[in-house]
Amino acid sequence: MFTQRHLLGIESLSQQDITEILDLAEHYAQHNLKQNKHLDVLAGLTQINMFFENSTRTQASFEIAGKRLGADVMNMSMQASSIKKGETLIDTALTLNAMHPDLLVVRHPHSGAVKLLAEKVNCAVMNAGDGRHEHPTQALLDALTIRRSKGRLHRLIIAICGDIAHSRVARSNMFLLGKMENRVRLVGPKTLMPAGVDKLGVEVTDNMAEGLKDADVVMMLRLQKERMDGAFIPSEREYYHRWGLDEAKLANAKPDAIVMHPGPMNRGVEIDGILADDINRSVIQEQVEMGVAVRMAVMELLARNLRKSKEEGASC
Amino acid sequence: MLTLTNARIIDPEAGTEKLRSVVIKDGRIDQILANEIKTFPAGKVIDCGGKCLAPGIVDIGVKIGEPGERHKESFRTAGLAAAAGGVTTMVTRPDTTPAIDTPEILDFFRRRAADEVAVNVLPMAALTKGRGGKEMAEIGFLQDAGAVAFSDADRPIENAKTLQRILTYANASGALVIGHVQEPVLSKGAAVTSGAFATKQGLPAVSPMAERIQLERDLALVEMTGAKYHADQITCASALTVLERAKKAGLNVTAGVSIHHLTLNEFDVEDYRTFFKVKPPLRAEDDRLAVVHAVANGLIDIISSMHTPQDEESKRLPYEEAASGAVGLQTMLPALMQLVHGGHMDLPTLFRAISLNPAKLLGLEAGRMAEGAPADLILFDPDAPFVMDRFELLSKSKNAPFDGRRMQGKVLKTFVAGEQVF
Repeated sequence: MFTQRHLLGIESLSQQDITEILDLAEHYAQHNLKQNKHLDVLAGLTQINMFFENSTRTQASFEIAGKRLGADVMNMSMQASSIKKGETLIDTALTLNAMHPDLLVVRHPHSGAVKLLAEKVNCAVMNAGDGRHEHPTQALLDALTIRRSKGRLHRLIIAICGDIAHSRVARSNMFLLGKMENRVRLVGPKTLMPAGVDKLGVEVTDNMAEGLKDADVVMMLRLQKERMDGAFIPSEREYYHRWGLDEAKLANAKPDAIVMHPGPMNRGVEIDGILADDINRSVIQEQVEMGVAVRMAVMELLARNLRKSKEEGASC
Repeated sequence: MLTLTNARIIDPEAGTEKLRSVVIKDGRIDQILANEIKTFPAGKVIDCGGKCLAPGIVDIGVKIGEPGERHKESFRTAGLAAAAGGVTTMVTRPDTTPAIDTPEILDFFRRRAADEVAVNVLPMAALTKGRGGKEMAEIGFLQDAGAVAFSDADRPIENAKTLQRILTYANASGALVIGHVQEPVLSKGAAVTSGAFATKQGLPAVSPMAERIQLERDLALVEMTGAKYHADQITCASALTVLERAKKAGLNVTAGVSIHHLTLNEFDVEDYRTFFKVKPPLRAEDDRLAVVHAVANGLIDIISSMHTPQDEESKRLPYEEAASGAVGLQTMLPALMQLVHGGHMDLPTLFRAISLNPAKLLGLEAGRMAEGAPADLILFDPDAPFVMDRFELLSKSKNAPFDGRRMQGKVLKTFVAGEQVF
């Protein structure tokens, strides 16, 4: 049973935890197709979304998930406010504590910052991305999408392609897919491949044809604009030529391989635009859909654990 | 007159440990007597009960918060910590605010030290104005005012031409230059050493090769200029080969390492524990073992605590943003005893690196267990076990990575010029 107080990363989850979250998320994925989506699982609870880094899509997904479960949701855009006034993360945490939130969703540009915050607050914390470290709900929604499409989440060959070095999505996916006993391949230019990653139980290559060979899943990553020109790769067009996903490169994968992307996409840089929209290959829209379901599932489980710990606290 | 009898004398020069009695007169070691002799000169006699008596530690690279950061460490607290840690001479860093780069600031510094501190304080001065790496500080005036060495602390001089001129000028003045050997562009923003651990934690990282690159450059300039040069911290195997080559070629070069790089490795950072953030970052275990071995065989000359006080505020931050450095004055001896108990080196070898060699490098009489040498001594129990509690440390800042660790080795008494200061 999932007993953790926070969801800070995939690394601390067990196979059973992951399966439990995905099973519940599957239930919510069905539920989200209904006309009346409102539930009261989190009724009376306060959810605060704190984003120290810009995000539209992830923040919206967490907000919808919380609202569908009946929580009172508030968004705090942190890059505009107190951080600029010199307030430390710890002070922010103490301020929040005084408002008695139950669920805190945090994104921060520095690795480990969400964990630091979690140590100082009295509520459940969900990591919505910390630096280059982890983005656990993204990996969970990717896993659910794969499981629905492939019918299983083990013994698959999964190629994660692109800017691995700067990607928390790659790390969380690597941990999750490895734990579920899949073969994970990292594909990308050597300049965007972090040192020592080959010691973390994955295969590494800089050749797309080799990396995609017989793959069941091809997961493309976003290449940040500021990394395109000269610093890590010579140019956008050379990158697209060698590592951008198109029909020809995809032909190396299994005929029924699915194409994934965490979004937002750079069409014509890491992925061909037509391929991204091909409903027979691309599951990119379904990933977004599963995002809400997975976040609802995690919130329900964290709220359950929170209530339990409060009851135990009250009884003694 | 004071006699310390029945003491296990650690002699780093002779490389021996023997039961002896030491007679102290006028601040110096007057006689060393065989243990069988039981008649002592007049004055106080202390029975050491067979515990270790060694030359006090000469610690090169201690940061004191004055001027500018007295909330992190004052002369008084640093002095108390040093005495309790067996450090009888603190060689202090110039990376204060403002930097110690003029004879006037140095004079202020020395007066504060004389008023507040019972152990010896020998200041280093900045190599360049404001530690900016551009204009040479007044090396001659600063020497006259008492600077024992010149260093920009953790800032390497980026411009090779600037360093070349500084080394030339320093050489002509007989000044010792201490360099921080981390290539600055590669090291910029790095919080940990690159490798699988850094990748897993998603932290910005630097390869240990940055150390070798900077050491190669500095030593080439030393070869050109003939200057007397000390590399503050050598922490990886790849730099050791460069150091060995330079020493074999007869360059006037020595090297140091910190207690943290000898006793901790990159994995100690675990889940973003900022007390383990030091400069350069902690290395892989293979590199740690290589530098331990280099200390034992004398390739690395000196061990320092690299005492760097940081308050809670500057450490309680996300790892990348947190300040670097750890306090070490009081944890130095117990941390290093781990190497002795682990069979990596014996006590005389250890004291060669923490007392004799640093004293020799700075031309001090201290660091020796010989008749006529200054009576800067420590009495310690190498085996006494304890659990490190950082809040028991006397430094104003409590940023000790060894907090909560089981350690061995306790300083019992510290003498400076024959006076007991702890």
